Amino acid sequence: RYYDYIFEQSRRRKRGLSPPGFREEPELSQLEVVIESQDPGCQSYPHLGSSEAYHLTVAEPVAVLKADEVWGALRGLETFSQLVHEDDYGSFLVNESEIVDFPRFAHRGILLDTSRHYLPLKSILTNLDAMAFNKFNVLHWHIVDDQSFPYQSVVFPELSDKGAYSYNLIYTPSDVRLVIEYARLRGIRVIPEFDTPGHTQSWGKGQKDLLTPCYNGQKPSGSFGPVNPILNTTYDFMTKFFREISSVFPDTYIHLGGDEVNFDCWKSNPEVKEFMWNKGFGIDYAKLESYYIQKILDIVSSYNKRSLVWQEVFDNKAQLKPDTVVEVWIGNNYPYELSHVTGAGFTAILAAPWYLDYISYGQDWKKYYSVEPLNFLGSEKQKKLVLGGEACLWGEYVDATNLTPRLWPRASAVGERLNVTDLQDAYERLTNHRCRMLRRGIAAEPVFVGYCPHEAKG
Amino acid sequence: WSVSPAESKQLGETPCTQLLVFVATPGCDGFPSLDSKESYKLFVSEGSLLLSADAVWGALRGLETFSQLVGRDENGTYYINKTEIVDFPRFPHRGLLLDTSRHFLPLRAILETLDVMAYNKFNVFHWHIVDDPSFPYESLTFPELSKQGAFNAMTHVYTARDVQTVIEYARLRGIRVVVEFDTPGHTLSWGPGAPGLLTPCYLGKDPSGTYGPINPILNSTYQFMTSLFQEVSTVFPDFFLHLGGDEVDFTCWKSNPKICAFMKEMGFGEDYKKLESFYIQRLLDIISSLGKGCIVWQEVFDNGVKVRPDTVVHVWKENSTPYMQEMANVTKAGYQALLSAPWYLNRISYGQDWMAAYQVEPLKFEGSPEQKDRVIGGEACMWGEYVDVTNLAPRLWPRAGAVAERLWSNATVRDLQDAYMRLTDFRCKLLGRGVQAQPLYTGYCENEFGG
Repeated sequence: RYYDYIFEQSRRRKRGLSPPGFREEPELSQLEVVIESQDPGCQSYPHLGSSEAYHLTVAEPVAVLKADEVWGALRGLETFSQLVHEDDYGSFLVNESEIVDFPRFAHRGILLDTSRHYLPLKSILTNLDAMAFNKFNVLHWHIVDDQSFPYQSVVFPELSDKGAYSYNLIYTPSDVRLVIEYARLRGIRVIPEFDTPGHTQSWGKGQKDLLTPCYNGQKPSGSFGPVNPILNTTYDFMTKFFREISSVFPDTYIHLGGDEVNFDCWKSNPEVKEFMWNKGFGIDYAKLESYYIQKILDIVSSYNKRSLVWQEVFDNKAQLKPDTVVEVWIGNNYPYELSHVTGAGFTAILAAPWYLDYISYGQDWKKYYSVEPLNFLGSEKQKKLVLGGEACLWGEYVDATNLTPRLWPRASAVGERLNVTDLQDAYERLTNHRCRMLRRGIAAEPVFVGYCPHEAKG
Repeated sequence: WSVSPAESKQLGETPCTQLLVFVATPGCDGFPSLDSKESYKLFVSEGSLLLSADAVWGALRGLETFSQLVGRDENGTYYINKTEIVDFPRFPHRGLLLDTSRHFLPLRAILETLDVMAYNKFNVFHWHIVDDPSFPYESLTFPELSKQGAFNAMTHVYTARDVQTVIEYARLRGIRVVVEFDTPGHTLSWGPGAPGLLTPCYLGKDPSGTYGPINPILNSTYQFMTSLFQEVSTVFPDFFLHLGGDEVDFTCWKSNPKICAFMKEMGFGEDYKKLESFYIQRLLDIISSLGKGCIVWQEVFDNGVKVRPDTVVHVWKENSTPYMQEMANVTKAGYQALLSAPWYLNRISYGQDWMAAYQVEPLKFEGSPEQKDRVIGGEACMWGEYVDVTNLAPRLWPRAGAVAERLWSNATVRDLQDAYMRLTDFRCKLLGRGVQAQPLYTGYCENEFGG
């Protein structure tokens, strides 16, 4: 794969010419890749604790790429491929160099939303490629939501039968396996998000009695709200559903959502009100939400999985297991939230300043680049609890027609911020990197006025 | 269940096999112009499909409408509802601006855009072909301009053949190509290929090494412009040429001692607007003598340049004077006006910004009916600072469609809910025709892109 990235775009090769003759400079004939660990990890899945460090020595006649695990080798290969450049005569050149590199943060993710708009498999795979070029290592797959349920469940086929936009706009088990394997080969973890109890309108189409019926006075209004937290059937369903999810998705972590739960429907439902009373929750619906989430967390935990949740779950004081990761997404005063979350001993990932779906005119990559995730009040120990962050591309206005240019190269700014401590000449390197992505078939949009020697095909 | 032909006749489903197109005044070999008649009538009834128009341009518009009326049912049968349509555009100038200087756009991208323009009944392609960053136009008279000024003289240029291809492709779709060679500002890329054309800036007594707008005090400048525009006038058949004239930065002129001397000589004092006007007037005279009409950006009017009465003023500024006030001022002074200010589609923002574009009312200013008549239309602009072929289509479509409808349809057609339904539908149609049009909001199309 990397051989093609380095040599495929060669103008000389395209014209079928043989490599240029003898040159003065020494020649590099080989890149030797050495994986040091007893268990290099080639057959396994990347995880939060994977080692992505590498040591690259470029010298003649053989360059050496050393890494503890295969994941570091992947990162080093990417770097190496970026060091090799082609001159005007068609020679491939690389400078003698020595690089010791490892990521600053272990969780560097991209969120894709396949519910607001279906994303064909090809666009997901193309983006996994782009992620690898940018050393992103987590695909946060926000796979279902209110608008549609494209995930084809084996145990509950009606969910996608009735909930998908259309019969063909679904992800079959084999589609999902393909994404997971394609990601794995690039050192990218796939963390699915099945967001509940809010954001679940589409679930109700294929699973009767899952959602809370809203009431207009004494009578059901005909509309439905969040998942119904008072019924045993809800938890039976979730138990079976998450058993499937736990086996389909190999990563240790599953994202359970828990954001933006609107309490109006629960408040209108007399049975829910009665339940609140019996449980002694009074009129504090955050308690009901927490009651629900805690039970889901337990279910997921029983399958030996760990959870990620959106910040509301923490804010509303649910009892979280110590290894739960809290994702901070609300824009106002997120440094305060980070202090709070880590202060309470939880690990956190940051998404708030990186909502790339919020487009605006001009070079907005700069504002994403200038975010400093650890700029919050807290001890050294607290800062270590920040695992990383995610660039989110919510799908209200995004589908395969505009996904790639909207994500790239803006997300590259986030990628570098999560990877590196020493940042210089970002504009120049970003524009170069954008042209590189074009060469590799990623339709990344321009950073500013200018051109690439290899433009995108029209 | 299937229906036999005999039964279907009884049900009123007569198979339609032919669309008869009748054009009163043929003109298939000509070029569209500002005065072209684009009206048409479409009659769809049992066993008869008739499209009639005064000119071929109207037939094209009618064909587009017809193509949008044809539906397909679950059985795969194509059908069309009985209907009678009498249609004509509200404004005769409905344009789209593309900028091929900030980023080079490959020929294919321009041709595809022309296709989609036709689907939207746009009829003017405003080609902002050169500017500061690059000069991709290959001139026969001055080949050095693109040799030195293009991003890459081999790969990032429009040859004479390319230009002819664009013009003919546009013509076949009833689209006029109005080219813009913007001067005296926005001309940095002209410098390398035309030494002596741009004003050398000074740092004190010495040239600083940088250059500014076109040098208005040299005779060589006007000789150059005459020759260049002689070529441009021949290459581009439309009556109108856009001469730019926007955003002229006076700093460089002010720094140059020869220019200061000239200002004194001419009695312009410290008013560099007079120098700018001096240049523009001479340029406009050159263009007129070549038998072409002029479109200029609003600064030319704002700065009091004496322009011919048939000059069209292009209103684009949003911050200084509210653009509706500008439209009133321009038309009051007797000039024809084009509106672009609220339609800078390159200024993206989060959400359904097509709605704001749709709700613009070009005639919402205080003025006489004669004034309102002088508003000949408007243009959606896609400036290229952040746009190239990777994101052009999704950024243009379907948002530009909102502008297209505003310029074609009657002023009363403005219901947002209805427009939303039709535009989302139209967007899916665009996908079906291979256009990479982005979504308006959540949802899906039968034929998803890249699926």
